[in-house]
Amino acid sequence: MLVQKKPDLTYADVTPKALYMGRRNFLLGLLATTAVVAGWKKLPRMFAGPAKGSVPVPLTGLVSSKYTTTGEKVTPENDVTTYNNYYEFGTDKGDPSQNAKNFVTSPWTVSVEGECAKPRKYSMDEIMHLAPLEERIYRHRCVEAWSIVVPWIGYSLSTIINLAQPTSKAKYVAFESYYDPRQMPLGSQAGIQLPYVEGLRLDEAMNPLTLLCVGMYGETLPNQDGAPVRMVIPWKYGFKSIKSIVKIRFVKGEPPTTWNLYAPNEYGFYSNVNPHVDHPRWSQAKERRLGEFFRRDTLMFNGYGDYVASMYAGMDLRKNY
Amino acid sequence: MNAILTSKWTKAVVFALCLVPLGLLIWRAIQGDLTANPINFIEHRTGDWTLRFLVITLAVSPLRKILRLPQLIRFRRMLGLYAFFYGCLHFSSWFGLDLFFDLHDIGKEIAKRPFITVGFAAFVLMIPLAFTSTAASIRRLGGKRWAMLHRLIYVSAIGGVIHYYWLVKSDKHKPLEYGFLVVLLLAWRIGSWLIHRSRPAPAAATPPRRTTPESV
Repeated sequence: MLVQKKPDLTYADVTPKALYMGRRNFLLGLLATTAVVAGWKKLPRMFAGPAKGSVPVPLTGLVSSKYTTTGEKVTPENDVTTYNNYYEFGTDKGDPSQNAKNFVTSPWTVSVEGECAKPRKYSMDEIMHLAPLEERIYRHRCVEAWSIVVPWIGYSLSTIINLAQPTSKAKYVAFESYYDPRQMPLGSQAGIQLPYVEGLRLDEAMNPLTLLCVGMYGETLPNQDGAPVRMVIPWKYGFKSIKSIVKIRFVKGEPPTTWNLYAPNEYGFYSNVNPHVDHPRWSQAKERRLGEFFRRDTLMFNGYGDYVASMYAGMDLRKNY
Repeated sequence: MNAILTSKWTKAVVFALCLVPLGLLIWRAIQGDLTANPINFIEHRTGDWTLRFLVITLAVSPLRKILRLPQLIRFRRMLGLYAFFYGCLHFSSWFGLDLFFDLHDIGKEIAKRPFITVGFAAFVLMIPLAFTSTAASIRRLGGKRWAMLHRLIYVSAIGGVIHYYWLVKSDKHKPLEYGFLVVLLLAWRIGSWLIHRSRPAPAAATPPRRTTPESV
């Protein structure tokens, strides 16, 4: 046991009690505050009642598609619905499946506007019936170097673009997500600017692979996967495939995109899957397919080069990452 | 309180409690409940606990002064070794599971990715501390030199926080929470050092101060 007595100190050396207690209380206060703040965040989940939000319903009359990807094992649905990046509902992968339970997606309208001859608002019911619903299996590669294979449901975005008749001024398409801080209280902590915005060059948007998606695994989309309508652009990193779309706008110039606004040196406008161009903080050469132990090589354009490579002929993809 | 803190059973209980995070991880693994990306989940959990044990270890000295419970020192070595233990699990889950012992990749990743460089350095700096954690090492090095060496834990803790901060994409809340705690605990040390310095005893009467590991 250490002897604490120090006879060389006089009473004058004693720290004034108020000062001593002050520091002590201050530190204890800080520790207590930290504990309360840490616990507070878990409270809403503990007292949540039964979910009141929209739930997936089965879709019938699906047609097969020549654009579906063959030879891939589809990822278990449970993985795709519990491992999500949807920052409006929290930044942990497991957050969206918990926090999107009360998300109400009906009624829903999508406004098609901007440089086009026939701008108009579409109800969700109209969107479900603009074209036969196709099932398309696509590889989906996240910028975080994991990937999944999903049987999406929808039709080519070109369907709705053709209806809108973009003018010659329209060079790009800008997308905007729904954002309601009351339904998405965690959005303010996401660190990124919301509502989420994305964009494509018009030729990319017209590419037949570019899917306007309303369902997956035979049902309408679950909330955490972007209900009721989202984009799926299989040759680009997942964050380009914007969720819960409320606005599609034809524009003249390259539109701002959320992750590019957040970190322009890390996330480019194009963000094509490219194993040769690393993210500044991690390698993009390999990916982990959910459910597999060994990492697999990432494919150029996520394996969809035959359909899309020609759109980027002559472009320096290292510069236009 | 003293009787509880000095009981040999308390040490055993704390030892067992520190294994609970690992136990929960193993339990979830048995249940097949490691999320859709188990390797990532294991990496993140073991990383979290490395940082938590670093913070807990750094909290021992301030708490024993603030709460006037010097006996807390009995647990500091064990807590520090647990920080190293979870650090080992964290590193080996990355190297063994994520990279699957790919020696080419590990060199490249450590050299090329700043967040891995700093995390790896923070881990490596813990190794000499773990190896000199015995009473014999304190005697061999001398209390003062031993204490100097073990201040490396400050560097490891700061490095661990930076590693986490640079890893996350946009939501910096959690790394900032750890950062806040580490800064608070280091500021307390600087503060008490300054207070100590500003009240020097009369020079002639000062006997040589005994430096013990406990006074760090």
